[in-house]
Amino acid sequence: MQSIETEPRKGLIEIENVTIRFAGDSGDGMQLTGMQFTNTSAILGNDISTLPDFPAEIRAPAGSLPGVSGFQINFSSRDIRTPGDGPNVLVAMNPAALKVNLGDLEKSGILIVNSDAFSDLNLKKAGYEKNPLEDGSLSAYRLISIPLTDLNLNALKDLGLSKKEADRCKNFFALGMMYWLYDRPLEPTLNWIESKFQKNPTILEANVRALRAGYNYADTTELFTTHYRVRKASLAPGKYRNITGNEATALGFIAASQVAKRPLFYASYPITPASDILHELSRHKNFGIKTFQAEDEIAAMTAAIGASFAGHLGLTGTSGPGVALKSEAIGLAVMTELPVVIANIQRGGPSTGLPTKTEQADLLQAMFGRNGECPVPVLAPATPADCFAMAFEAFRIAVTFMTPVFYLSDGYLGNGSEPWKLPRVEDLPNIDIQFRTDPEGFHPYLRDEATLARPWAVPGTPGLEHRIGGLEKQHITGNVSYNPDNHEFMVRLRAEKVARIANFIPEVKVFGKPEGKVLVVGWGGSYGAITSAVEAMQERGKSVSSVHLRHLNPFPKNLGEVLSGFETILVPELNLGQLLWLLRARYLVDALGFNKIKGHPFKISELVSKLEELV
Amino acid sequence: MKENGKQIGHTAGVVDLKRQDFVTDQEVRWCPGCGDYSILAQTQKTLPELKIPRENFVFVSGIGCSSRFPYYVNSYGFHGIHGRAPAIATGVKAARPELSVWVITGDGDALSIGGNHFMHAIRRNLDINIVLFNNRIYGLTKGQYSPTSEFGKKTKSTPQGSIDYPINPLCVALANEATFVGRSIDVDVKHLNTVLTQAAHHKGISFVEVFQNCNIFNDGAFKHFTEREHREDRTINLEHGKPLIFGKDRNKGIRLNGLRLEVVELGNGITESDLLVHDAHSPDPSLAYMLARMDYPEFPVPIGVFHAIGKPTYDELMEAQVQDSISRMGPGKLEKLLASGDTWVVE
Ligand SMILES: Cc1ncc(C[n+]2csc(CCOP(=O)(O)OP(=O)(O)O)c2C)c(N)n1
Ligand code: SF4
Ligand SMILES: [Mg+2]
Repeated sequence: MQSIETEPRKGLIEIENVTIRFAGDSGDGMQLTGMQFTNTSAILGNDISTLPDFPAEIRAPAGSLPGVSGFQINFSSRDIRTPGDGPNVLVAMNPAALKVNLGDLEKSGILIVNSDAFSDLNLKKAGYEKNPLEDGSLSAYRLISIPLTDLNLNALKDLGLSKKEADRCKNFFALGMMYWLYDRPLEPTLNWIESKFQKNPTILEANVRALRAGYNYADTTELFTTHYRVRKASLAPGKYRNITGNEATALGFIAASQVAKRPLFYASYPITPASDILHELSRHKNFGIKTFQAEDEIAAMTAAIGASFAGHLGLTGTSGPGVALKSEAIGLAVMTELPVVIANIQRGGPSTGLPTKTEQADLLQAMFGRNGECPVPVLAPATPADCFAMAFEAFRIAVTFMTPVFYLSDGYLGNGSEPWKLPRVEDLPNIDIQFRTDPEGFHPYLRDEATLARPWAVPGTPGLEHRIGGLEKQHITGNVSYNPDNHEFMVRLRAEKVARIANFIPEVKVFGKPEGKVLVVGWGGSYGAITSAVEAMQERGKSVSSVHLRHLNPFPKNLGEVLSGFETILVPELNLGQLLWLLRARYLVDALGFNKIKGHPFKISELVSKLEELV
Repeated sequence: MKENGKQIGHTAGVVDLKRQDFVTDQEVRWCPGCGDYSILAQTQKTLPELKIPRENFVFVSGIGCSSRFPYYVNSYGFHGIHGRAPAIATGVKAARPELSVWVITGDGDALSIGGNHFMHAIRRNLDINIVLFNNRIYGLTKGQYSPTSEFGKKTKSTPQGSIDYPINPLCVALANEATFVGRSIDVDVKHLNTVLTQAAHHKGISFVEVFQNCNIFNDGAFKHFTEREHREDRTINLEHGKPLIFGKDRNKGIRLNGLRLEVVELGNGITESDLLVHDAHSPDPSLAYMLARMDYPEFPVPIGVFHAIGKPTYDELMEAQVQDSISRMGPGKLEKLLASGDTWVVE
């Protein structure tokens, strides 16, 4: 495929950083458009961060406000950590998309709209009384109004497609325009179209044409006078790919299985936003992976426990509602001390809540959401790419300590993406699994002195036949015991086992000075926004530092000491203050919460204003 | 399973085990006289006959009196949580198809709280054996009615009589396309042994219902047909290829009349050739379903093997997909996987 070289007939201006949001109807292909733009920008060497935002309904009524789907990408020649607070450029494919997203567009930002979609009917559906393209209400923006539907249909008119089929390509027309506007090559998307529509040459041709037509239109029309170039970011040397959090999670689990040399058994019941992990893992059975789509989350959890009892790496993945169902069985894994990883890709709750929106409100569920004294280690990745390392870490802890482990990702991390520097396989931490095989002196609940882990003795091993279950165990023998002293001893022992994991995890590193006025403590997906906000404050000479927790139970050993070095501790969370609650209880610190529960991640500016208030 | 090149579990050599080899050192804690004792004894007698190494058995259970069973069988055992044994067993068997996996469950465990898992393990045709101890009562929680308790049953939780219509476990299993369905009685030890043996040899899901007397909370629930003096007249043993004859004097039989079964007496022009011949291997489970619905007093209570057909099993199909992926794509290479999709290099 030949590349399109444009003579710089128009001005080419270099800029550092752009945030674009593509918004349209759920049927308009905005997610695909966004992902193509992302991929191309990644290959071009920009640093990127993305935020897909889609409705819970597969196809809400066309043109309606709930049916609007959006995809935001921040791309930069600098190191960036978030998908951007708000777009500099908004592409709105219809009035509803404009209505829903306009509030986020920066003043004097570029607003590209498909004017053909602003019919009376669509305006009414979006709740506009007058056409905003005509009433001057958009004068604060650089409005570029384009009859995109017609232009696209025109470009495809002799292909013999139905109007509906041809119209489906208009997202690629829009993408082509954006490629011109930000000086991106068409090749990566052309290659994608080629392989995707191999079997359907007409559709292939239609998409290619739409993309090129959009590009050429932007190049020739008087509407655009300049275009922009965002240079490569200076990322650390290495081989990169763009990766979403859910993909990285799946790869982290596969890597753990490969390094541990034990097959992975993934049991799951489909749920947004975790299903992608099931889809991803079921594509890689050549790694010896078995995937089981269970009848419900209880079955998924208990099947993972069964597989773990049988010597596989038992894994289950879900979101908050599914964790609620798994709770009793997680207790069973605690009692039987079997290694199982429970991945919770959190979403807005309670109950069914906001299936496609992000939230961090399941931390206390992971900590305490079970009957009895039931300690479970809890980990949380900080960025989409970090999902790989933490998924891997979850299994390292699970098998080293013979315990279930919670892995708390969220919708923002799971669906968001960023460039990922590929790790070298030989640099991955070791996971050493030794099944017990020697019957001499074997007891199912005899423990390793350092880790307090019990032996993993799998069926099929002669001489180690034993029975375990959810009833309280007698210390060492593992026989059923109702003895009061034994029960208290075992409850304390299970707690101690999890507490001791602190000896085997890294201490927290302070971003900024180790002592000072304000310490921001974060966890999970708010890493990017917090770090950027703290960095901005530091650049202004303010005494603000941060720590980001990837291990939430147990906490890293030095956390208490770090906290004591600051006057004020601020804990931003997408919940009502769950980590805050844990920190206050554990360290008796008078920490403050900064809480947002809107289904959206933190903006850097929100955090900066809060910090300005504090210092 | 191979572990570091070493085979775990015996493979070669004759497996010569005795009943005693399957007895554990744990004190059996069922009430004296409970039907569970007999089922335990018969299972321990059946296992050595299967010539499977002891370490390759896994007994999984839920919660209930019956679900204490794994503690008393000297093999690998997993006492799970209420109703979830089929799902736990799915994990065990799917991971390790070479193991002989048994689920021990109760009428409440399998049909109330665990109904969903029960149904799905069966329809997947997982190669495990499910033995349901049906005492038509919740034993462990001290005597509430269960999904198999008769309508109107008075229990602690139903002082005015139960208003739930009962279900028939065999019909549930057949409706979910079970490939092996059998039934026996705790006190009929020989029969129990043959049904368990056939179940164990069946490849695919084997479902066996055992009528089990709970002499504390539902004593005599099956007495009217299990007591010696009536047993031959009030039960009928289904044997593949044989006409359905029953009675102390072997003078009664089951005939198919249009779309209904009926009891007939032999003689007066009715001969054996008029009787239904049991076909356990018919791919169509409709007749098995009709037989399963027979109940005293209109009919004798049927026991034996109702249905036994072959069908690829879930665990073998799952394993086959893994093998197929390996032969299509080659064994997974982590390095390659991590670098899949579009990559770029930063110098
Ligand atoms: C989640 C949960 N709910 C309730 C119980 C209490 N419970 C234990 S056994 C049981 C019923 C057992 O009846 P069945 O399965 O028929 O077994 P049986 O004791 O009769 O052998 C109940 C309700 C439990 N252990 N767990
Ligand atoms: S309560 Fe009934 S079922 Fe339970 S052990 Fe006693 S007799 Fe058996
Ligand atoms: Mg019962």
